[in-house]
Amino acid sequence: MDIFVQQIINGLVLGSIYALVALGYTMVYGIMGLINFAHGEVVMIGAMVAITVIKLLADSGLPGVVIVLIGLFAAAVACMAVGFTIERVAYRPLRKAPKLAPLITAIGVSIVLQNVAMLVWGRNYHSFPPILPTSQHEILGATITSLQVAIVLIAALTMAGLMLLVHRTRLGRAMRATSENPAIAQLMGVDIDRIISLTFVIGSALAALAGLMVSANYSIAHYYMGFILGLKAFTAAVLGGIGNLAGAMLGGILLGLIESLGAGYIGDLTGGFLGSHYQDVFAFFVLICVLVFRPSGLVGEKVAERA
Amino acid sequence: MSIRPLLEARAIAKYFGGVKALHDVSLTIAEGEIYGLIGPNGAGKTTFFNVLTGLYRPDGGELIFAGDKLQASAPHKAARRGIARTFQNIRLFGNMSAMENVMVGRHVRTRAGVLGAVLHNRKTVAEEAAIRRRAEELLHYVDIADRADDLAKHLSYGDQRRLEIARALATDPKLLALDEPAAGMNGAETGELRLLIEGIRKDGVTVLLIEHDVKLVMGLCDHVAVLDYGQKICEDVPAVVQKDPRVIEAYLGGELA
Repeated sequence: MDIFVQQIINGLVLGSIYALVALGYTMVYGIMGLINFAHGEVVMIGAMVAITVIKLLADSGLPGVVIVLIGLFAAAVACMAVGFTIERVAYRPLRKAPKLAPLITAIGVSIVLQNVAMLVWGRNYHSFPPILPTSQHEILGATITSLQVAIVLIAALTMAGLMLLVHRTRLGRAMRATSENPAIAQLMGVDIDRIISLTFVIGSALAALAGLMVSANYSIAHYYMGFILGLKAFTAAVLGGIGNLAGAMLGGILLGLIESLGAGYIGDLTGGFLGSHYQDVFAFFVLICVLVFRPSGLVGEKVAERA
Repeated sequence: MSIRPLLEARAIAKYFGGVKALHDVSLTIAEGEIYGLIGPNGAGKTTFFNVLTGLYRPDGGELIFAGDKLQASAPHKAARRGIARTFQNIRLFGNMSAMENVMVGRHVRTRAGVLGAVLHNRKTVAEEAAIRRRAEELLHYVDIADRADDLAKHLSYGDQRRLEIARALATDPKLLALDEPAAGMNGAETGELRLLIEGIRKDGVTVLLIEHDVKLVMGLCDHVAVLDYGQKICEDVPAVVQKDPRVIEAYLGGELA
């Protein structure tokens, strides 16, 4: 029982992070039908910048939470600049090209960003300085740290804020209109270039937050971390129904839970033959199942309607 | 009739490969009138609308709107200048509510951006309230206020046509271009549509109308131009157009007699 509760807690934490990243994939897909495979690297850059800034300030005597907030701010600014630039330089010239061109470009951008990060930060693992309070709480026999509580709460608040932005503001209406029909949105005076830029910038800000959360939660960051994280968040977006914001959140949380529970029980289920380091298997098993049995995702529209 | 021209099309041309979709089309629409554009299928009427609203870049000629040249191929600028349109095949934002569709139409006349959305300051809140109020008025104006919260794709065909007109009016146009608004409507609905268009003109909006319903065009319009194979073959008051032998020959046959 306590293992079960513990894995649920771990899954919620992991799932909150996946959900934040998945939103970046799904927003860009919703607006321009592009899978931005470089998005995982934006998360990595967020983690790297945050850790760098936090390390610099670690001995400054400021309270840990303040240092982390400064790190988050720096990461958000850096990621938004990177997201904006990627769209401007790599995707905008291909707006009218066949779909395969921007997709391959996205993979190229991803490799470029990884290598730039390797040059800047090196191949080593960077550890997250222990500046945050590490109090632990007991729930039903399981442990949850203050950091984990904060991750889940902040992710939930951020996502609620995003939903309000998209569904209750003039900007959000313009985004949804662009996603349904860019040409007609333009006739209503919507500058779709601006909306697309903003979509990348907002998605990148969420990525920065997720990057900070990952590196704080696992106390580590690495130039290669964006690849697998990005693939899993993409899986989460597909699981929920790509292009659908609520779907990305649901998919993220579900994927986190599936992975955690899977990792927790895989040893028992296989008689110790497979260990918890096989947890990555679950995400891709889920991806394959969704693509085979329900390509539109849990809450997505039918694929034919989008075409 | 006012003599001041609102829109002057000068020798507009649009070619698709070898097809002359529009060739040397010039016409003048006076402020405050209802101007009909008719012609057989494929005559170039919708192509003209697409050039007018910046969706197509013309291959020749220029458009003078309210005294200034219209920049080609910039739909959001055409909207800002005061040109709005509806579509022959309805193009609403299907997954947004009727109210939201009209609210999107206010986009061009409002300002709130990222900062407003995040800070939610007083100015943004006031603007959002004004957008909502205006959208409500327009839904009343086209008589579909009771469907405000329904998704656009769930509205009946006639209501969707009305919603498209409300959305276009939300951009505060000087010129409203309607592409076959009566298509698929029954007699009663067409009658209501006619009243609506007359009301719109009375409220100071110039109307450009593409329509196949000849009775509606002849009864409603101050001037009519006839396109055939991408060229204007006639432009005059309805009574004259109706009797023009070229028009009868080229397109309408005995239908007008």
